Amino acid sequence: MKIPAPSADTAEEESRPGRARKPVGWSMITIGVLVVVSATLVWRRDGISGVLDILTHDLTLFGGILPRVLAGCLLGAFIAEILPHEKVSRSLGPNSGLKGLLIGAAFGAILPGGPFTAYPVASALLTVGADFGATIAMVVSWTLIGYGRAVAWELPIMGTDFTLWRIVISLPLPVLAGALGRFVYVRMYPKDEAS
Amino acid sequence: MSAALLIDIILWGSVAAVGFIAYRRGPKVMTASLREGTLDFINIVPRIALGVIGSGYIAAVIPQEVITGWLGPNSGWLGVLTAVIAGAATPGGPVVGFSIGAVALKAGGGSPQVLAYVIAWALFAFQRLLLWEIPFMPARFVWFRAAVSVPFPFLAAAIAMAIGKP
Repeated sequence: MKIPAPSADTAEEESRPGRARKPVGWSMITIGVLVVVSATLVWRRDGISGVLDILTHDLTLFGGILPRVLAGCLLGAFIAEILPHEKVSRSLGPNSGLKGLLIGAAFGAILPGGPFTAYPVASALLTVGADFGATIAMVVSWTLIGYGRAVAWELPIMGTDFTLWRIVISLPLPVLAGALGRFVYVRMYPKDEAS
Repeated sequence: MSAALLIDIILWGSVAAVGFIAYRRGPKVMTASLREGTLDFINIVPRIALGVIGSGYIAAVIPQEVITGWLGPNSGWLGVLTAVIAGAATPGGPVVGFSIGAVALKAGGGSPQVLAYVIAWALFAFQRLLLWEIPFMPARFVWFRAAVSVPFPFLAAAIAMAIGKP
């Protein structure tokens, strides 16, 4: 996968080296095109009231999410600032072994909030010295074992039985994904290996 | 609703806790992180606005019965494979993903297939990758993470078939 060249963006000038704050033009364009095409289809099918119904619903959702996005960004920024880099690279770095993967997975499982917290915090961990393996364990654990989405959405919609078994079966996956990630990483990018 | 409130309390409590630790390191450390976090926020809001406000339209036009039709109980490993692809291709937020899963279960879908669908959706729904993960994380990490995750919905389906649950 090629990383596209960043397009001109004035906000980019604010960014500090080492922190991911980049314009990702193409992913925005993809979503934007999908949204325009879908909205047109909805308009042709349900008329203008169908379009407005969805718009008001999604605007409410957006308003509810905004403060949490702010909380997630602040959480990520504080964590990047206060975590001691040496300690992080020792306990979550390339040589942290199974323990590092377990710490990453545990951290992902207890992290509060949704994607608005998980990704800024994961990005902060990478910045302060965690390796891909431990960060993968954290992200996968957040998405599969994290209680936020399970409690708010999965339990009511899918039912308790399915949700609990889904989580039990998912338990080993974050550490396995992290281990696989580490295994592949050192073979794909040998130069980046532990310094 | 109370679960959402509890999560908000834990979330802002965590922000306050790490903010306090930063403050103890010195007010400069705290204001620098506040500035950094706020800039991240300002930078990310347009992307989230587009995704969240637009995702309702994408979800409204996706033919749910096509997805649920793929997940029949006798579909075996081919069903698991289509479930994984369907999970990755499902747009919208958690309501959409889980609702399709619930409909598939009610319509007689096999549990290993529905499980693979839900897990694949959690691991690499394209909209979440594009909307949330790419803006916050290095692109190289995101693609690497998604590629490494590919075997795991299949592993979960295999476990579910072996133990006969859920």
